Amino acid sequence: MEDLVRIRDLTVRFHTYEGVVYAIDDLDLDIRQGETLGIVGETGSGKTMTALAILRLIPYPGRIESGSIVFFDKGLRSELELLKLSEDKMRSIRGCKISMVFQEPGSALNPVYTIGDQISEVYLLHQRQELGRQAKRRIDSLLGNGGTLAASIKRPFWRWQSRLYNKIAEGSNPLEPRILSHIPLFRRLLWRLKDEAGLLTVSMLKDVEIPDPDRVAGRYPHELSGGMKQRAVIAMALACSPELLIADEPTTSLDVTIQAQMLELFRRIKADRGASVLFITHNLGVAAEVCDRVAVMYAGRLCEVAGVEEIFLHPMHPYTKALLEAVPMPGKELQTIPGALADAFNPPPGCRFHPRCPSAMPTCQHERPKLKEVAKDHMVACYLY
Amino acid sequence: MDTLVDIRRLKKHFPILGGVLRRPVGAVKAVDGVSLAIKRGQWLGLVGESGCGKTTLAKTLIRLWKPTSGHIYFDVPDVVKAEIEMLESQDKNGSKLNSLLKENDLGTFSSSRVRSFHRRAQLVHQDPFTSLNPRMKIKNIVAEPLKIHHVLSGHAVETAVEELLDKVGLSSGQLERYPHQFSGGQRQRIAIARALATKPEFIAFDEPTSALDVSVQAQILNLLKDLKREFGLTYLYITHELLIAESVCDYIAVMYVGKVVEMGKPEEIFHTPRHPYSQSLIAATPVPDPTRRVGRIVLPGEVPSPANPPPGCHFNPRCSRASDECREFEPELKLISNDHYVACFYPL
Amino acid sequence: MSDWRFTARQLAKNPLSLTGVVIIAIFIIIAIFAPLIAPTPAGQLNSYMIPRDGYWAEPQPPSAAHILGTTQGQYDIFYGVVWGARSAFRVALVVMSITLLIGIVLGSLAGYFGGVLDEILMRITDIFLAFPWLILAMALVVVLGPGLKSVMIALIVVWWPSYARLIRGDILQVREEDYVEAARGLGASSGRVIIRHVLPNAIYPALIMASLDIGAVVLSAAALSFLGLGAPEGYADWGQMTQFAQNWIVGPLDNPLKYWYAVIIPGLFILFFVLGWNLLGDAFRDIFDPRLARR
Repeated sequence: MEDLVRIRDLTVRFHTYEGVVYAIDDLDLDIRQGETLGIVGETGSGKTMTALAILRLIPYPGRIESGSIVFFDKGLRSELELLKLSEDKMRSIRGCKISMVFQEPGSALNPVYTIGDQISEVYLLHQRQELGRQAKRRIDSLLGNGGTLAASIKRPFWRWQSRLYNKIAEGSNPLEPRILSHIPLFRRLLWRLKDEAGLLTVSMLKDVEIPDPDRVAGRYPHELSGGMKQRAVIAMALACSPELLIADEPTTSLDVTIQAQMLELFRRIKADRGASVLFITHNLGVAAEVCDRVAVMYAGRLCEVAGVEEIFLHPMHPYTKALLEAVPMPGKELQTIPGALADAFNPPPGCRFHPRCPSAMPTCQHERPKLKEVAKDHMVACYLY
Repeated sequence: MDTLVDIRRLKKHFPILGGVLRRPVGAVKAVDGVSLAIKRGQWLGLVGESGCGKTTLAKTLIRLWKPTSGHIYFDVPDVVKAEIEMLESQDKNGSKLNSLLKENDLGTFSSSRVRSFHRRAQLVHQDPFTSLNPRMKIKNIVAEPLKIHHVLSGHAVETAVEELLDKVGLSSGQLERYPHQFSGGQRQRIAIARALATKPEFIAFDEPTSALDVSVQAQILNLLKDLKREFGLTYLYITHELLIAESVCDYIAVMYVGKVVEMGKPEEIFHTPRHPYSQSLIAATPVPDPTRRVGRIVLPGEVPSPANPPPGCHFNPRCSRASDECREFEPELKLISNDHYVACFYPL
Repeated sequence: MSDWRFTARQLAKNPLSLTGVVIIAIFIIIAIFAPLIAPTPAGQLNSYMIPRDGYWAEPQPPSAAHILGTTQGQYDIFYGVVWGARSAFRVALVVMSITLLIGIVLGSLAGYFGGVLDEILMRITDIFLAFPWLILAMALVVVLGPGLKSVMIALIVVWWPSYARLIRGDILQVREEDYVEAARGLGASSGRVIIRHVLPNAIYPALIMASLDIGAVVLSAAALSFLGLGAPEGYADWGQMTQFAQNWIVGPLDNPLKYWYAVIIPGLFILFFVLGWNLLGDAFRDIFDPRLARR
């Protein structure tokens, strides 16, 4: 399988009052075409930061210090170095080619707009040409039929509108509609664009299995339950048919039965659309359910990457093993990992896990293990292998 | 084993106020007629999704809130409970019944009696990031219950605090620090130390590990196990994660929209669930084992609002086995096998 | 990080806050060392009365005897502004602390217990807030009889409702916090919960507002004095000194700025005092605002 995103030597640091936090330290990771890659880790492991780095949305005082993130744009058939793109170009990728679903559906939606308006917004922002094409087609069909008096009066107006929408459909940002959209009364001539976006929105909502999508489109976020809100957020993220969907703990705030519905939805999205999904979670059970490959992170570094069955059945890195042992399972004594998570300001040298590792060796204390392939498609960063 | 906590037909409704005059126009029936007995030394797991009333049940039981109706008995002899039941069914002798209730029913205790009751029963909150006063030092946080109940004074308090922190695995060098200087797991340990301070018999835990990482969660669960053994404690453990309930609890009650739908030993609940809701809850729980992906039941629909639950069995709109009977009548909790209760007309 | 270092760094980061600290420090020094800076003439019993040098009306320009000149009625301006700093601090601190106290007590009762008590207390504050404050204060001073004490009482009466309201709002928020519920779960009484858990977490916005308001209190007291409702004649008070200058703001036609010292000097003292507190209030906000994470 080909890669969709290739991350190399990515380093993200936070320069704070109390010192420098190594949020991500020299990360190498590939996301392949059409796969669901899970990133599993605990608080402070850098899993969310990895996602934000791909979108170049690292919050202040964080900074991407070095590395490269290459994105293979299927539509343009070209490689894009995301870290070198201009902010304008990056904006056209965010929410369109790469989109994100956040943990809290409540805060991802704006409370003062309806669900429909918010999803339409995405279409109006990123797919104006497509909307213009649709609108033109609709007017042309109006022009073609009807010989009534009303129709013949309106016909010149329709012709003019058809030309207008054609311009939108052809040019990337034509002058005439742009001027119109800034003049209060004339702005309404472009209403057909909004209408088309509304139609697309409803079909999108139907696609994420929201019952009665026409009605839900007119609702405000607070009128919907948590599960419905998360579905709406997913619909918004999918609006532009992204090539990569990043989901940051999308089911953490949901109930178990709703979570099961959502995991089912993610699996279907991937199968239907062939998009890659980067699924970030701390719940190993969820990762086992949806992912094709799983990457385990600890204190800003990658420990292990492998196929889902491989990693759960034959974990190699001591941290992965310990993490799996710590999940409560009936009929099994709970195993704990000794010690506490690595201090973000002052991480241990060498392998970051060595103070808690049962099989730590002298080398682990001062030399950082490199990620290497020990079995087919199974990468581990540990001196044991 | 005798019964330590006995809840009978407990209801807790929150009024919904509406209109200009703020009159009650309805009620959120958060807990709607729950009967539950917790034996001394038991670790009872209360399982359910958000909005099922499990937190309300715990907070009413610990008398942070006053129940709407029903009885809560804490360490009351069976004879007395039987007498109250008898007097209630006879519907006379009002003054004797009232004095008995005032003496024994936690639900009718005056606020000063409730305060002294908190020496014997404690609650540990869900989120250790909000349950500790950010402007108090750790030593004052842990010492507070001792001071409130005048258990100890002066220098003895300090040694007691050090001992408590040692019990939950924190070093005494951290006494002068503030909560924000600790990690989530450490804060939860502090909250547990605070709950242990007055040597209670009963502790209710409201999802104590849901805000914590997996590895920390395991540490806390093991700590709870050790403390229970050491102090002979009785636990009520609320969680939405069935794997935790199954692996640590002795007895499990499953709640759905204000009611207990099934109670039983963990082996039975998880291997032979009899209520369709328990069954689908177990099936929906993700297990870290990719080979067990298949055969999941995805339950349609969402949890109904406790302000406006569907008539009959509250689960009927999502249940594949629902009949007209389920839509009309509410099933009672019935004993179906040894220590296994289920509220369903057509148990599996 | 220790609180002190954090505070120092916040101050250093913002030069305006630092300016505020410096200005107020200078005023504190002036107030404390007033007897040394402007010694009371021998034989004068009340140090707060400004010594006067004759009785004629026209203010006199700065001279060797009166380094900042004299006002109408020949009161010494230098002595007046130096001892006036003490009056300003007294009015500001007394009014602000009593206002805060009333606000905290009533706001906590209304916010924590809610219900009927809340309704009654809040409707009373609404009634007070419905009056135009200056007119209410003037009426009160007239009823109580002019004097600094009346001014302070009047200012407290018009000032407390906004504090009661602010504190009530913050308490309503903090009351719902988990640690407050946890404290009740430990068996703590309402008084203990309010004093140890609710107030320490709810009071900072009110303290910040108080420090910003101190300037406004002094300004209002000066306004009342300017209207002739403040301190008795001859008392060291900046407001009153501006009142003395009322008739001398513009000089004779050939020299309109002839009596500048009578207006500008007391005016500048008031201005810097108010400015100092406002800047300091901003500094307090930077330091106490919980939204500024200490990372």
